[in-house]
Amino acid sequence: MRYIALSEKDKKEMMAALGIHSLDDLFCCIPSPLRLHRELEIPSAMSEMELIRHFEALGRKNSADHFLSFLGGGAYPHVIPSLVDSLSSRGEFVTPYTPYQPEVSQGTLQVIFEFQTLVCQLTGMEIANASLYEGASATAEAVLMAYRLRGKPKVLMARTLHPQYREVVQTYVKNLFVETDEIGYTEEGRINVKDLASKIDRETSAVVCQTPNFFGVIEELEEIAAIAHEHQALFIVVVSEAASLGLLKPPGACGADIVAGEGQSFGLPLSFGGPYLGFMACRKDFLRQFPGRIAGQTQDAEGRRGFVLTLSTREQHIRRERATSNICTNQAWCALRATIFLETMGQAGMRELAYQNIQKANYALGRLAACQGVKRKFSGPIFNEFVCEFEAGWEKIDGHLRRKGILGGLNLETSYPELKGCGLLCVTEVHTREEIGRLVGAVEEVLQ
Amino acid sequence: MIREPLIFELSAKGKRAFFFPTLDVPERKDCLAGISLRHEIQGFPEVSEIEIVRHFTRLSQTNFCVDTSFYPLGSCTMKYNPRVNERVAAREAWLSCHPSAPAELVQGNLEVLKTLEDLLSEITGMDAFTLQPSAGAQGELTGMLMIRACLQERGDPREVVLIPDSAHGTNPSSAHICGYRVVEIKSNEKGTIDLTSLDQAMNDRVAALMITNPNTLGIFESEIDRIAGIVHERGGLLYMDGANMNALVGKFRPGDMGVDVLHLNLHKTFSTPHGGGGPGSGPVGVKKELACYLPVPVIEKTSAGYTLNFDLPKSIGRVRSFYANFLVLIKALAYILSLGGEGLKEVAEVSVLNSNYIRKSLEGLYHLKYDAPTLHECVFSDKFQKERGVANIDIAKRLIDYGVHPPTMSFPLIVPGALMIEPTETESKRDLDTFIEAMKAIAKEAIEKPELVRTAPHTSYVKRLDETKAARYPVLRWEGEKEE
Repeated sequence: MRYIALSEKDKKEMMAALGIHSLDDLFCCIPSPLRLHRELEIPSAMSEMELIRHFEALGRKNSADHFLSFLGGGAYPHVIPSLVDSLSSRGEFVTPYTPYQPEVSQGTLQVIFEFQTLVCQLTGMEIANASLYEGASATAEAVLMAYRLRGKPKVLMARTLHPQYREVVQTYVKNLFVETDEIGYTEEGRINVKDLASKIDRETSAVVCQTPNFFGVIEELEEIAAIAHEHQALFIVVVSEAASLGLLKPPGACGADIVAGEGQSFGLPLSFGGPYLGFMACRKDFLRQFPGRIAGQTQDAEGRRGFVLTLSTREQHIRRERATSNICTNQAWCALRATIFLETMGQAGMRELAYQNIQKANYALGRLAACQGVKRKFSGPIFNEFVCEFEAGWEKIDGHLRRKGILGGLNLETSYPELKGCGLLCVTEVHTREEIGRLVGAVEEVLQ
Repeated sequence: MIREPLIFELSAKGKRAFFFPTLDVPERKDCLAGISLRHEIQGFPEVSEIEIVRHFTRLSQTNFCVDTSFYPLGSCTMKYNPRVNERVAAREAWLSCHPSAPAELVQGNLEVLKTLEDLLSEITGMDAFTLQPSAGAQGELTGMLMIRACLQERGDPREVVLIPDSAHGTNPSSAHICGYRVVEIKSNEKGTIDLTSLDQAMNDRVAALMITNPNTLGIFESEIDRIAGIVHERGGLLYMDGANMNALVGKFRPGDMGVDVLHLNLHKTFSTPHGGGGPGSGPVGVKKELACYLPVPVIEKTSAGYTLNFDLPKSIGRVRSFYANFLVLIKALAYILSLGGEGLKEVAEVSVLNSNYIRKSLEGLYHLKYDAPTLHECVFSDKFQKERGVANIDIAKRLIDYGVHPPTMSFPLIVPGALMIEPTETESKRDLDTFIEAMKAIAKEAIEKPELVRTAPHTSYVKRLDETKAARYPVLRWEGEKEE
């Protein structure tokens, strides 16, 4: 069989050492009536060549990869520098596990330490963890953390928070006596501060707000932070498009207490939704309630710098049901890719990345909004996504675009019934002026 | 050995490793109006391309991994990760695929997912699977939420979840998030669930029993049918942590023996790489009665092809954004297809052979608290060596000098000074023998030169690290920028 390294002779010698005559004897501890007395109904083994052919054929059943796509909404097409694939595919990074033995895991640990530092620098927060699964469950972990810190039953979530993130928060908190409520949005497409002020009270543990929000609109965080803090609630800022952090004032400088988000934009391909990269950062004084793995600096027996997983008394393997989270395996390899991505981009690259996104998206928005029958839906400033309302209805536009080989964006009505005829479009640095022109041209064709 | 600095220490103003094309659209300053901007990312690195390549290459060389070393980390199933699986997962058709692309344009993806669900059902005897959970612990959470939803519909979600004292820490932690109180079941002298204790603890306040089978000692819960009987007849459900499924594939199907909900760890049994601590994948299988509670969306095969069904009124909801750790699932599917039914059975057989060969070779030299037969792993302890002042951590660190990754230490909690060894099926006899000889040599050193063992490792990139200091004075990020 593939991947077995014992010869028949080895097996015989080992069986002789154990005093058994067949490998089945090793399973005598499973009573016979409980055992499976048939072969699994699974096709017989494929050779390497057959396997490759099989997956090539499966891949050909997809056609989405042939489309020019303007889909965003929590998963973003971005450049991936060659270094990311090349360095992250080294077996020394791919095939170890969680660095429980620091003396033989310094590579993984130093990468985590650098990742934590980069996340702190980007978010403007004091501490960050080694990663969480992805943006939605990271948001849920942030809400659970706020609930542990404040112990009050109410959590307010902006309606402009990614709809799937809101669903996941619901799934996580619904058995923990936490009630959630939604804060509406304004014509700018920003959180409705008046609505927030009317719903927040002394029983509120946290206010959760995304920026750029699900409509692509950049929020003014300070005002929201002030309202949250006035009521002793924690302010959780969610970042689902982390490329924005290259240009926007960091949440930590705007009053955020916890920042949770999705790091897919940092070197992770779209990959039909995963694996992605949840991240979380917060204020130092929340350390004891922080979920997930954390790497820390220390010294070895000779006084040299080294890194270890630390503060594990917060974690499930020590504290069991009183742990700050049930997470064990997280997304270390994805965090490695993000670290390579961010260090390759560097100070200037991160700024340029964000700047090109904001310029190209605004250019596309300007061109579309100039078309008859297309309206910019929200007046607030955008990063790399925007909402347009189409007089012809979204289905008609989308159908025509698809015939032209374009995936035009997300139908917002699915999650926001009040936004009939509206599409969410995403334009990043990967889109050329010519491609934006193709999109605009195709939209014009429908309208004429 | 060269000490690799932190990237921040290599940074110098103005260096770059990446350049964008010139902006090809007209630049508009007004689109920045009304936005609070940052001037710079304080402390962010500025390095050249070659420095980055050397940095990560050198860092990688300080890691032990399956590609370089025997890695018998118990409970983690550190088997060989086939290269071809990486290759088939790296196809552009998957990588560039946006998760919100319409279902009719991603039929290949949906076929991958549905096929994998069906194969996992066949392997485990469960009726339906969700592939959404990102890792085992999220699988547990998902499974326990379904149990709660099911009992809720029957009229009472109940309050308590029973968990054996040998269980992974994630079990009680996951049950807790579902709103349950955890009651621990003591193991008996054989290391398995004590039926009398279970009988006493199992009442109409108990929602479920979470078992691991084979358990974390590597011992099969041979009375699982009676255990299931006790739980079911008092209205509870049986959850199985499938972390140790490697011992059972093709030999035993949990779904045939009363297990209602189970999760698998694809990064263990199904050989998707561990990545230094993820991404994993923790699919959850359920029996028919629980399928209506699966997280949305559910993939369905219809006459018009594969579709995503979001309309499941009793669903527990979403546990993550989009669908799953898709690329991990492709690798698991590739693994199953390249082994076939026969090959999967051999996985169980050889992993159990290897483990028992190690156990037999070390018995007498290392203390074995429980002498029941074991499957894919065995748990020794440092009891004999402790008499000479040598603890399990010392033995583990000394193994590094012999070129072997240490076993899992100090777990399960019911074995003081535990050394949990899981060789997996992919090791050669030569590597097993090298490990055995190393363990024998260390047992001898513990008697003759205990100080040598206590101060190990001696050959690694760093010497033994001070974990107490790290926790007492946390330094969790580079702070150098403050000094400038």
